[in-house]
Amino acid sequence: MHNTGYIIKFVLIMTTIVAVVLASLSSGLKSVHDKNEAIYNKKAILGAIAGSAGIDMAKVSDDDVLAIFKDNIEQVVVDYEGNILTPEKVTALGYMGGKAENVDMAKEIKKAEKDRVLPVYIYSGDTEKLYVLTVRGKGLWDEIWGNIAMKSDLNTIAGVAFDHKGETPGLGAEIKDNPGFYNQFAGKKIFKEDGTYVSVDVVKGGAKDLVHDVDGISGATITADGVADMMYKGLNLYRPYITTIKQ
Amino acid sequence: MAEVKELVVKKGSAIGFGKEEKKLLTDPLNDNNPITVQVLGICSALAVTTGMKNAFVMAVAVIAVTALSNFTVSLLRNAIPKQVRMIVQLVIIAFLVTIVELTLKAVSYDSYKQLSVFIGLIITNCIVMGRLEAYAMGNTPYKSLLDGIGNGMGYGIILLIVAAIREFFGKGSLWNYKIIGNTSDFLINTTESTMMGWYANNNLMVLFPSAMFVIAVLIWAHRAWNNKLIDVS
Repeated sequence: MHNTGYIIKFVLIMTTIVAVVLASLSSGLKSVHDKNEAIYNKKAILGAIAGSAGIDMAKVSDDDVLAIFKDNIEQVVVDYEGNILTPEKVTALGYMGGKAENVDMAKEIKKAEKDRVLPVYIYSGDTEKLYVLTVRGKGLWDEIWGNIAMKSDLNTIAGVAFDHKGETPGLGAEIKDNPGFYNQFAGKKIFKEDGTYVSVDVVKGGAKDLVHDVDGISGATITADGVADMMYKGLNLYRPYITTIKQ
Repeated sequence: MAEVKELVVKKGSAIGFGKEEKKLLTDPLNDNNPITVQVLGICSALAVTTGMKNAFVMAVAVIAVTALSNFTVSLLRNAIPKQVRMIVQLVIIAFLVTIVELTLKAVSYDSYKQLSVFIGLIITNCIVMGRLEAYAMGNTPYKSLLDGIGNGMGYGIILLIVAAIREFFGKGSLWNYKIIGNTSDFLINTTESTMMGWYANNNLMVLFPSAMFVIAVLIWAHRAWNNKLIDVS
């Protein structure tokens, strides 16, 4: 049996060592962690334009991702009225760096609609310009989000990439994993011919309107409805910006 | 008392690799497997076995934690105050798991994202603490290290078997290499006219309950195959 003084000394020394080692390791690796996280998020954006821009996501390396972002992608942040915000204004909102990639959509979704700022990524490659818009909403269990790439007419979808926090694997998680689902979005239009906004609907039992609908996922109706709702509300916020660009 | 004396003599032996050391490594793989025999660490075995790649990363992480925590606790076994030994063990495990997590986040961010909370939950994996209490507190660092590696491997091998079964029947692939499925990416494309789409992936295999069935069947098969495990009582 050890006496109480020894126990206290032992615990104090041990916890100090553990704390110092972990703290230094964590701060030492922080730059690597930040870089990895940034690349992960950038890959999600590239995933939306991969099909149209001819990028093979399976082969693209971390350096390629950074190079594409540096050379081909222009980042802007717009407000609810469609005005482009200066980096200073975005920084003032608490997003260090002031670029679109610094905007935290999880925080924005909690604000009132007219206070939100929205990231836009404009890709200019060999072909036409592509606009990547970011949307976020609710699935069955937790948040879902996606990057929607629009063609330069800002009406036709060029590609999408969804992700989720905790949808059921094999069912709701198919929005991210199943190309059969997300590839349907390419070529769909978010405006009707007379200009009314309809977004893209995910229809249970099969798409009827081939221009504005996609098929749902069996067994994942709520997640699929969440996707439709997220697309409708999310893209709706970008409409003032879309109108400005079209003019 | 004679037994105790014998143990003291054995402890004095130099670091080598004899029959006893080999047993430390191989016993947990079969006769004393942490999952199929001791039925420990089931929770993470259910969660991370949807794909072989994740299961492999998880297995490596657990091997690292069991081996290093066994080693560290064994080094400190005479210094650790008995009254607070469990909390001290827990701090050491949590320390090592955090190191594993930080390393994984730096080395393979995709795996880190996919394994998410389950790396952190190695702390609560019963195998780790079970080995500390049952072995490392009473044996030399070298043997404890081997015991840790052995038990980590015993856990890992079951994880890989379960993951292989679940990934093959659930997604039609092994280690993300597509084998059978309904698009042209797969080695065997079931939508081709000669195949007539007779095969569909079993979605249940991707969900957690299937891991229960697979592990239960594995335990059954293991006991049927290994005579030593038959319960005679």
